[in-house]
Amino acid sequence: MRYATPASAKEAAGLLSKEKGAAFLLAGGTDLLVKLKMGMVEPDLVVDIKRIPKIDEIQTSAKGFTIGAAVSGAVIGEHKGLRAAWPGVVEAANLIGSDQIQGRATLAGNLCNASPAADSVPAMIVAGAKAVIVGPNKKRTVPVEKVVEGPGKTCLTKGEVIEAIVLPKPEPRTGDAYMRFIPRTEMDIAVVGVAISLKLERGVVKKAKVALGAVAPTAVVVPAAARALVGSKLDDASLEKLAAACSAACNPIDDKRGTVEYRTRVAGVLAKRAAKLAFQRAGGAL
Amino acid sequence: MGHEQKYVDKKYEVVGTRFNRPDGIDKVTGKARYGADASAPGQLVGRVLRSPHAHAQIVKINTAKAEKLPGVKSIVTSADLPDLTGGDQGLADILENCMARGRALYDGHAIAAVAAVDEQTAAQALKLIEVKYKKLPHVTDVDEAMSESAPVIHDRIFTRGVEPKPSKPSNVAARTQMGYGDVDAGFAEADVIVEKTYKTEHTHQGYIEPHACLASVNPDGSAELWVTTQGHFVFRNVCASLLGLDIAKLKVTSSEIGGGFGGKTHVWGEPVALALSRKANRPVKMVMGRDEVFRGTGPTSSTSIDVKMGAKKDGTITAAVAEMRYQGGAFPGNWAMLACMTAFACYDIKNNKSVGWDVVVNRPKVAAYRAPSAPMAAFAVESTIDLLAKEVGISPIDMRLKNVAREGTQAPYGPTYGPIGIEHTLKAVKDHPHMRAKLKKNQGRGVACGFWFNIGGQTCTDLNISVDGTVNLTLGTVDVGGSRSSMAMIAAEELGIPYDQVRANIADTTSLGHNDMTEGSRGTFSSGMATIFAARDAISVLKQRAAQMWGVPEEDVIWENGQAIAVGEGHGNLPALTLQEIAAKSGRTGGPIAGHNEVVADGAGMGFASHICDVEVDPETGRSSIVRYTVVQDAGKAINPDYVEGQFQGGATQGIGWALNEEYIYGDDGCLQNPGFLDYRIPVCSDLPFIDTQILEVPNPLHPYGVRGVGETSIVPPLAAVGNAIANATGVRMTHAPMSPPRVLAAIDAQENAG
Repeated sequence: MRYATPASAKEAAGLLSKEKGAAFLLAGGTDLLVKLKMGMVEPDLVVDIKRIPKIDEIQTSAKGFTIGAAVSGAVIGEHKGLRAAWPGVVEAANLIGSDQIQGRATLAGNLCNASPAADSVPAMIVAGAKAVIVGPNKKRTVPVEKVVEGPGKTCLTKGEVIEAIVLPKPEPRTGDAYMRFIPRTEMDIAVVGVAISLKLERGVVKKAKVALGAVAPTAVVVPAAARALVGSKLDDASLEKLAAACSAACNPIDDKRGTVEYRTRVAGVLAKRAAKLAFQRAGGAL
Repeated sequence: MGHEQKYVDKKYEVVGTRFNRPDGIDKVTGKARYGADASAPGQLVGRVLRSPHAHAQIVKINTAKAEKLPGVKSIVTSADLPDLTGGDQGLADILENCMARGRALYDGHAIAAVAAVDEQTAAQALKLIEVKYKKLPHVTDVDEAMSESAPVIHDRIFTRGVEPKPSKPSNVAARTQMGYGDVDAGFAEADVIVEKTYKTEHTHQGYIEPHACLASVNPDGSAELWVTTQGHFVFRNVCASLLGLDIAKLKVTSSEIGGGFGGKTHVWGEPVALALSRKANRPVKMVMGRDEVFRGTGPTSSTSIDVKMGAKKDGTITAAVAEMRYQGGAFPGNWAMLACMTAFACYDIKNNKSVGWDVVVNRPKVAAYRAPSAPMAAFAVESTIDLLAKEVGISPIDMRLKNVAREGTQAPYGPTYGPIGIEHTLKAVKDHPHMRAKLKKNQGRGVACGFWFNIGGQTCTDLNISVDGTVNLTLGTVDVGGSRSSMAMIAAEELGIPYDQVRANIADTTSLGHNDMTEGSRGTFSSGMATIFAARDAISVLKQRAAQMWGVPEEDVIWENGQAIAVGEGHGNLPALTLQEIAAKSGRTGGPIAGHNEVVADGAGMGFASHICDVEVDPETGRSSIVRYTVVQDAGKAINPDYVEGQFQGGATQGIGWALNEEYIYGDDGCLQNPGFLDYRIPVCSDLPFIDTQILEVPNPLHPYGVRGVGETSIVPPLAAVGNAIANATGVRMTHAPMSPPRVLAAIDAQENAG
């Protein structure tokens, strides 16, 4: 196994694209090291991107935030600007693993691991996040919801590296929230995850976006759920419509972590709770 | 030398106070050496190949390719572990569990093992071993295994305990029955009868430290084993028997232990590591991965239990029957028998009958787990008592008090109780502020009781006094829960010296006589007794040396507050001799001063507890959170209250995990789907409130200090306490543990649909 520490994302992409054996990118390592130790992967090359300048920094601009691919959950959790702008994304990122894992785990890594249950992915989707992808020859920017194509599968081609996650500056009176169901209080994998962002105008929902995690092969955006909220002040009828739309959008599996029936049901329950929280964060009165 | 075992009431100086443990600094700073922390020159890495099938015939094992891999030093299969058990079926089962013999009996059963120069080579060698399996039909559920149509796992098993003896083999290893009275007459007397069926799932002890050992066998038949274990003397005897070694030539050292809870009372990989070392003629270190721990070791039985109880309007229970089916994994055990002994042990029920069925299935061989078999029986019985209390309109605590066992009550398994503490714990619960605390919306409160026998057994202890007056206490019962501190306190108490003058150590098997396992909550009871006696032995030597130094008759010397005092006529002016002063002169008065004791400690005091649990249930998700929890238990005498409380809290925590989320999940293929802590959900710290404890002390009449074992009872009540609290919060009676969110939500739905 060889280990490389390139000085730029482009160099990392070059190393990965040229490698003939099994090559893996290392950022926080919270997925890769576990797979290595369990014998699930046997890399010929590990490319560590943490030495790339600024890759562990959050840049703030008039347009929003650029979160480097090696920025850890703990750093995200301590960033006042991000917490104020996208609390749902921050809480989703901070739900992953233990305190120790938070010191390493990254948004880009959570996205690239492409688990159907990834906590930060639905939250990033509803916040309108984009991934900045660097290849050996070109750079492209892809909405987060287009990155994951199936369990463990992304749109990244050989050699491509996510350099950063970009979050827009939220419009005024926007609120977001992410909630997941786990049987324990922490250190668990989502049985169901729900992310909602919404924008208010005069106390009424003007725009909304709803995404579910752990109920389908990838995170799912649910336009019908968003439509249930738009035009409402989150009255009971619209919340029931939201719940029904979320449950209807579920296409889960029965597995050791939950049943189809349970996931479908709880998706609706969490959607109502997440909507209320997002609504309040947007300045709405319940 | 005979010593007085009877309880004597006295005032203590050291016992009952709180001291730090001698192993504390090493553990906190990471210096403590656990099972995986030993190494030897030239050591190899041992790895085990495990069955991917629930049940399969091993048609052929071809190790040729693996043997040719450079760096591979030995490969063993069952052929390298010939059966030397001489008709002892229990031992033969252990051997077969360590390494499959012709058949893989469960997913994870060891098939072959490799010792190689490093981890990578060993892992690669495992992949090169070719095993040809012929899959056989399997059964993992206890009820299915008992059915006529189930595949029979062992054609040698004919149900014991039934008349006439069955003519056909089956998966039912034994039927046990206990109790007394006439249950039919008892039910006829009853005004109210409740009948219910319960299920509990397979749970693992969940010790954080995986099994690990370092084995080294020499060509002359001498051998060493460093191992994480609850009983190195027993491991020594078992390993020596399985490998044909002389017991005295196998030196076993117990490492620090990162949890055992019964799971480290059984050998798994140790005989295999010894066989690998013997074949390679080099030391072999073998450390299990977490998935191996789950698939190959430890779990307790999953069960299916019917309970029927009847009571009069005044709450008197007139009859109780339990029919309990326990699976022991792929080998027969006595787990249902233990259930029969414990099910109704907290109560005085005139007519009671417990029937136990020990069943084999294609799952890992069941091991002891903290009060083995009792929590599941208590879940069923204590849930039923709450139902019965509701029917007759009495509070759950008063219902229990009405029928509580007392001194003089006959236990369902035969003996008559001496002084026991169940009534004391129930009264303490009734008076506890927890019982009066207000419950919020969606919250409920449950109470449940629990019993465990506790055991005594063989113990051998040395106490050596150094020339500076400090004391080495040499113990053979592995320190699982802080016993080195407790034993040092006992020695200090007896000798009349400060705690920090005594250092307790656990000796290897060549340094002491046989000690039984640290199991059955016996450590503090039995080693404590041996320590008292060894100290008293040493005191008689100290007195004799003092007499010699003074030139007075021995009988004129007494021992008080750590010094010898001459009390005879005319010796009044002699200044007292301290332990240090006597020790300093020991070289000239007859040599080193020591005390020694070996004992079969009889009379372990039974342990009883009552728990209070407050739970909050989310009615929309079925998720239950424990919001408050109190343990009240009789300790007889708490030597070091810190560690007694720790045992109470630890048992409650494990029981809560079992009650809420822990379970082995098997697929249709009979393979375990969650062999890791991510999906086998033990509680994390934030899942639990601080667990409050109250220690009661009803002295055990057969221990000089009144000690009872305390380690196990605390895991017995929680399943039922949680279930009773959920019932109180939701009105829904859960009969299937763990009471996980999907199960609770389904039960709430069913209740709502029923109207």
